[in-house]
Amino acid sequence: MKSAVLVFPGINRETDMARALTLVTGNAPTMVWHADTSLPAGTDLVVVPGGFSYGDYLRCGAIAARAPIMDAVRAYAGRGGLVLGVCNGFQILCESGLLPGVLMRNARLKFICRDVFLKVEHSDSPFTRGYNAGQVIRVPVAHGEGNYVADDDTIARLEGGGRVLYRYCSPDGAIDPAWNHNGAINSIAGIVNERGNVLGMMPHPENHVEAAIGCTDGRGLFAGLAAHLEAAAA
Amino acid sequence: MPKNDIAITPELIAEHGLKPDEYQRILDLIGREPTLTELGIFSAMWNEHCSYKSSKVHLRKLPTKAPWVIQGPGENAGVIDIGDGLACVFKMESHNHPSYIEPYQGATTGVGGILRDVFTMGARPIACLNALSFGAPEHPKTRHLVAGVVAGVGGYGNSFGVPTVGGQVRFHTRYDGNNLVNAMAVGICETDKIFYAAASGVGMPIVYLGSKTGRDGMGGASMASAEFTEGTDAKRPTVQVGDPFAEKLLLEACLEIMAKDCVIAIQDMGAAGLTCSAVEMGAKGDLGIDLDLDKVPCRETGMTAYEMMLSESQERMLMVLKPEKEKEAEAIFRKWGLDFAVIGETTPTMRFVVRRDGQVMADLPIKELGDQAPEYDRPHVAPKKARRLDPKTIKAPMSLADALEKLIGMPELGSKRWVFEQYDYVIGGNTVQRPGGDAGVVRVLDGPKALAMTADVTPRYCEADPYEGGKQAVAEAWRNLSAVGARPLAITDNLNFGNPEKPEAMGQFVDCLKGLSEACVALDFPVVSGNVSLYNETNGRGILPTPTIGGVGVIDDFSTSATLAFKAEGEAILLVGNTHGWLGQSVYLRDICGRETGAPPPVDLAVEKKNGDAVRALIRDRLVTAVHDLSDGGLLVAVAEMAMASDIGARLERAITDLPKHAIWFGEDQARYLVTVPEKDVAKVMKRLAGVSVRRIGTTGGDAVAVADERAVSVAALKERFEAWLPAYMAGSVEH
Repeated sequence: MKSAVLVFPGINRETDMARALTLVTGNAPTMVWHADTSLPAGTDLVVVPGGFSYGDYLRCGAIAARAPIMDAVRAYAGRGGLVLGVCNGFQILCESGLLPGVLMRNARLKFICRDVFLKVEHSDSPFTRGYNAGQVIRVPVAHGEGNYVADDDTIARLEGGGRVLYRYCSPDGAIDPAWNHNGAINSIAGIVNERGNVLGMMPHPENHVEAAIGCTDGRGLFAGLAAHLEAAAA
Repeated sequence: MPKNDIAITPELIAEHGLKPDEYQRILDLIGREPTLTELGIFSAMWNEHCSYKSSKVHLRKLPTKAPWVIQGPGENAGVIDIGDGLACVFKMESHNHPSYIEPYQGATTGVGGILRDVFTMGARPIACLNALSFGAPEHPKTRHLVAGVVAGVGGYGNSFGVPTVGGQVRFHTRYDGNNLVNAMAVGICETDKIFYAAASGVGMPIVYLGSKTGRDGMGGASMASAEFTEGTDAKRPTVQVGDPFAEKLLLEACLEIMAKDCVIAIQDMGAAGLTCSAVEMGAKGDLGIDLDLDKVPCRETGMTAYEMMLSESQERMLMVLKPEKEKEAEAIFRKWGLDFAVIGETTPTMRFVVRRDGQVMADLPIKELGDQAPEYDRPHVAPKKARRLDPKTIKAPMSLADALEKLIGMPELGSKRWVFEQYDYVIGGNTVQRPGGDAGVVRVLDGPKALAMTADVTPRYCEADPYEGGKQAVAEAWRNLSAVGARPLAITDNLNFGNPEKPEAMGQFVDCLKGLSEACVALDFPVVSGNVSLYNETNGRGILPTPTIGGVGVIDDFSTSATLAFKAEGEAILLVGNTHGWLGQSVYLRDICGRETGAPPPVDLAVEKKNGDAVRALIRDRLVTAVHDLSDGGLLVAVAEMAMASDIGARLERAITDLPKHAIWFGEDQARYLVTVPEKDVAKVMKRLAGVSVRRIGTTGGDAVAVADERAVSVAALKERFEAWLPAYMAGSVEH
């Protein structure tokens, strides 16, 4: 599996992501600089990692969405290539037009770092096939602007099309406002585009891939992607 | 030299924080009236914050050496050898005065400054900690300060991308007018790739890196060297503004040019900005420095030499480059979108020369600017020590269960989750132990080595007996590191005190340092870096003496690191260390009995060492399942904390000595730990602890903390109270 991790100035979880990809898939990713105009040949997965691209000044993700490399990413996604955006990466994908909606400030207006529980809505996506439908996983969040918002039509299309892949939930899987730490509509933690090849999510699966550091609940996402690519190649 | 267009009057000299005799010293040194720019340079170099003029004579007495110390105090940060060719670089620094005036920016720039100190030496920061002291909760400014400072600490560290893994938060009325923000950063580098401030070689280019210079923070170091009065708000323009994005870029660019071997010397521009950094580079290298200020990247027009030399704009560095690497270094900085300008060169003259518009604005002897700074052995009087209280004379106003429930929901002992959840503590993917335990534990590279780190001090002890309090602060840091299984290696000290011109405050400083020093020697725990913050007084009232100790230790294999949560039901709970029922200065005495009196618990350093070494060995050999040090709140609070972290209760014996039971369960005797041991290993562990005071006090299990013959307190109820106070207070829904 050949993955490419994008590096914008101010991104700070690129090494966490690279380590997770290496640990789970056995292949280290290529780091791609924001000013580049093309992706490495044969890229199987593009990852837009977390951080504070351009300091999150202006609007989270707004400046990075206009970086030279993003034209290549849009073209790549247009051809059906897999793109994963985590945290600031999710914000960048929304700002770049690859995903609908926007991430607003957390409902309680504060940055929140804690473990949250996510319900995997279904396992029919390259981004969830490493899990079982309905499975509850524990992963950390660390964001000040993760409150997913979109207009009613968009939400209806997302829900109707099975495009909400991850939702904040209680430890036993109940969707409950008390466990929706940032106030996202319908407790949405992660969505895909219409074609299903671009995922944006706020939580950090890359920080839960080792038993000694938190837990291994995040591995399934990367393992599932590797399995999907292997199956597609076979 | 240009003629001054404004007269150097006694008032102007006083405004620069210089005393008449200090000004006379300047006249004697240079043999003429200084230019305004020169006066500014002297005020920057000779204020308390930069010159340590009141503290230096005492700081020299601190133990700073050990075989593993690579760099002690005097550089940007301390450096210790942690084995396998790796060094740990760390330091703690205060940003107290700015954080009171403008809490968000004061805190951000505090964090930014300490991170810069660490990566200036070539180390990538791997963790941050902080110790925050605020005024009484009921003081009208406290909530605003907590909200701003916490958001600022998080705002900077989160964006920069370093996990904040530990710290302290306290409230006390003596911080009403002076909150404390002590920020600590810890980094890692290879032992043969450490960078220092001393310039070498004549005619070497001096390069300015990072953000542009503006008028912000002008005179900040001088502001931090004075007491506060009613007019303090007018000092807001002296607080700098932080830009974590710029600092992240600066980090990556600096580490990249260091890796490419471009750097001879490097110094960050912190307090007193360009002045302090340039003078230090030259003075340490026995060289002169010539600066052409016309080449300094500015973000405002028309800045004078005076303004540029005193600006404290953030995220700037000064570097002496290898001349042949200039182009390569410049390309790296341009790639990261940062300013890069050659603004001067090293000279053989030992003079500090500053030019603006082709005119020499300052021409001063560089060594003397630092070396000849005034130094005072200020008068100090021995503090009055509080009397020892007999626990038998202290009546318990309520039952053990009621007291536990009350204490756990109060500001001192209540959960600080509201604070630490605003800090990203998982970034980096190396956080083995998160905030809430005895110490933060962070894996080094891919392991198995890890570093443990903590920030500790008990100011109420220091107030009642500065000497014992100083000892206790060091011992507590050492104990917290031992409790997670780390070998304590060294400390950074952040000494926050009142006005040194008052003999009482100076006496506290001197005694605290004496205790601190003794503890460092006894525990083989040297001081490798630090910072002094004096003049923490408002309208004549000083803070509690607060010598915050940042401790670092190493764990050879992080998988052996111990945590405080109970692991299983039915395990033996052992108490290591002696219990004398010491209630003087305890949280129980203050928050339950309403008395802040008595002598603090004394620290027997030999016992401290023996007990800690024994516990650490048990952890290493995986013989104990949970470990927790005993501190604020004493034995019963420690049991409750272990229970709350695990949702497993504890059944405890009725009495373990013949002391009053509230003294047994809430006394704060030192050198104590709780450990849990599976039943089958109890005999083995007791045998291993021969020579150490240890006794079994109970067994884990059930859903309550239950002392025999007392009302059992459910763990769920404790947790609810534990988590309730701070969020409710910050939401404004707590009555006083």
